[in-house]
Amino acid sequence: MNQRRPYRSYVSYMDRSREYYAAQGYSQPYSWAHHDDVPFTPLRKPLSECRVGCVTTAGKMDAEAERQGRRKVRELYAMAANPAPARLFTADLFWDKGATHTDDVGSFLPLNHLAQYAAGGRIGSVSSRFYGVPTDYSQGKTSLRDAPKILEWCREDGVDAMLLSAL
Amino acid sequence: MSLVARHLEENGVPTVVMGSARDVVEECGVARFVFTDFPLGNPCGKPWDAEMQRAIVGMGLDMLERAWMARTTVQTPFLWGNDEWRDAFMRVDDSNREALAREGKERRHRQVEAKQERLRM
Repeated sequence: MNQRRPYRSYVSYMDRSREYYAAQGYSQPYSWAHHDDVPFTPLRKPLSECRVGCVTTAGKMDAEAERQGRRKVRELYAMAANPAPARLFTADLFWDKGATHTDDVGSFLPLNHLAQYAAGGRIGSVSSRFYGVPTDYSQGKTSLRDAPKILEWCREDGVDAMLLSAL
Repeated sequence: MSLVARHLEENGVPTVVMGSARDVVEECGVARFVFTDFPLGNPCGKPWDAEMQRAIVGMGLDMLERAWMARTTVQTPFLWGNDEWRDAFMRVDDSNREALAREGKERRHRQVEAKQERLRM
């Protein structure tokens, strides 16, 4: 349907969160990562021969933390991809808890769908592990601690391409 | 997440970021981005809609094969069904301004107390 709008349709989370935290009295807004240059690596072999991995921002389940209602410790992890986990811990992450839910892991971590694409020959295989990276307020920790570890796991598992889904 | 994708790209691993926070991902700058204009939480498709999820993942795989340069964004054709979530998320208006200011003040107070507690231990 043809429409006219005096504003962009998609939500700017940078604007929204800045205004929200300002209303809570935080005078110093969060500075988001910005780069002028962007690295790009082309696929080096046919997708049907590639092993594809997944990275998620969701955490491993911690029944004890959940039962006690306390905040779970955020940690970097690698976990078996088959079978795909039935649930992951998302309560401490920044997502729209009023509009949706994360009860269906497939809505944010596509392991089962990738397995189907592997079975159909669209991709070579799915990495035996998927990887969890905590969303950290500190961009330094993400770049210097988490990203190199994910790369290391990726090499150990022979991953040729990675899908990264952020809640 | 975008920073991790950039690190993988810098080290020879092709990546696709799937997400719904378009401004955050594009400001950071990534090689390939599958954007679905949904509330945050379901970047791979609506919960329990396996067909939609499979289609979105398929678009990510297509990008691995077809994108030829960095900052390639594809917007998936799916709609959430209503637009109420757009204004409701982290809304600030006259109805909640005072409550938000109070919450912030209380949180800072709790943080100061927790810090003092840690220093005493």
